[in-house]
Amino acid sequence: MPAVKEIQEKMRARAGELLRDGGVSMALGWKRGEFCHDPEPAFFESEAELDNFVYDGFSSPLLSKYLIETIRKDKQKGEGKGSKFLVFLKPCDSYGLNLLLKEHRVERERVYAVGVGCPGMLDVDKIRAAGVKNMRSFDETETEVTIHASSGDKTLARRDILLEKCLVCKGPEFAVQDEVLAPGLPSFEGGDRFAGVTELESMSPEERFSFWRNELSRCIRCNACRNACPVCSCNKCVFDNPQSGVQAKSNADSFEENMFHIVRAFHVAGRCSDCGECSRVCPQKIPLHLLNRKFIKDINAFYGAFQAGADAEARAPLTNYEFGDVEPGAVVKRGGGA
Amino acid sequence: MPINAESGEFKPMIVAFCCNWCSYAGADLAGSSRLSYPADVKIIRVPCSCRVNPLFMLRAFQRGADGVIMCGCHPGDCHYTSGNYFARRRMALLFSMLEYLGIEKGRVRVEWVSAAEGQKFAITMNQFAETVAALGECKRLEDLRCQP
Repeated sequence: MPAVKEIQEKMRARAGELLRDGGVSMALGWKRGEFCHDPEPAFFESEAELDNFVYDGFSSPLLSKYLIETIRKDKQKGEGKGSKFLVFLKPCDSYGLNLLLKEHRVERERVYAVGVGCPGMLDVDKIRAAGVKNMRSFDETETEVTIHASSGDKTLARRDILLEKCLVCKGPEFAVQDEVLAPGLPSFEGGDRFAGVTELESMSPEERFSFWRNELSRCIRCNACRNACPVCSCNKCVFDNPQSGVQAKSNADSFEENMFHIVRAFHVAGRCSDCGECSRVCPQKIPLHLLNRKFIKDINAFYGAFQAGADAEARAPLTNYEFGDVEPGAVVKRGGGA
Repeated sequence: MPINAESGEFKPMIVAFCCNWCSYAGADLAGSSRLSYPADVKIIRVPCSCRVNPLFMLRAFQRGADGVIMCGCHPGDCHYTSGNYFARRRMALLFSMLEYLGIEKGRVRVEWVSAAEGQKFAITMNQFAETVAALGECKRLEDLRCQP
């Protein structure tokens, strides 16, 4: 079982190889950000730049979405025709790429997808909640993370500080890949990802309403959830319309918060692969995954189990129908959900 | 929202999205058959029930509707073959989501009304208006900026 550092070196070496003579003109990976806990998506065009390459427990940002812009710019330049872009994918990221391919946002032949095993991504908020202040660096294994901080060194069990999405991991399989480095890391799958939704469904409408008012009223309309989402990739977004009545980045009214979140979730309904990026990037910690998962849960209950992004050929539930589908009236009567 | 100034009685504002081919003709039939249904039902004609974007429903609430109903051809009878099947899935998910957010469940409804069902149209609208009137004003999806 390779340590995470070893995987990083393997990835760096492979990216270097491919950049040198593999017909890949650019590699999408992560580089160290301002702090040790926020590696940021980065483009690597030469082997020398790969010195900054980072892959560790905080390399959670999903990279596939950057392919849209990268390929578009490459086409505009008119040169480097047919050049490929290397993108590193964790198993759950591969669903996002598959959706981009399926929706013709990214051309398959322009992408060289390298799957990498994922040890489970860490949540810096959980680390902070465990009493760590001013984290400087960390060492990790598949089971433990030792954090060096100004508040002293601390060793935490990996499971306790995982991102929410990793506790309900979809497993170590890749939906799409050209090659896999370091497969077979243990994943933490097995959690019930609908537990939060079920809990909310069991509340009274009044409780639910106040729960969502409390959550959604924190929204600052920064659009981070939209921008991080691999399926929120329309050329023209409904929320960018100056006539939409949505006040750009200020929340003028509770209706606007509700509408933004209902419509955002609805636009990805049936296409959301539940990658959890929206909740992770939300600066206000709004549990957006609870909205997405409500749709996923309903779709599974009404139209049969469906994992968006698992199959590039399958029709999304909302672009499909059956004669015997459930009637909206029946949904309302039984009180939603299943 | 419209509260009668004289009697103080609450009259719900209801928006009905009716498809051009069945339900709008059904509403027409209800009218020409002299069947009565509440005057507070504002009909918006759409080419097909599939044209109804979930955002339309939210916008209706934003602009002061207390209930929104979508009417279309019966499944299998769509003028465009399959529009209402897609609309049915969309609305089922939307309604479930609205309830999940704590919006009262009687405020939205889907009913299939054919061009020959003037009677059904009138009955549906009467029933729906009653349900919404019992729920009162829609406070949970109102937009204060849109208040008169």
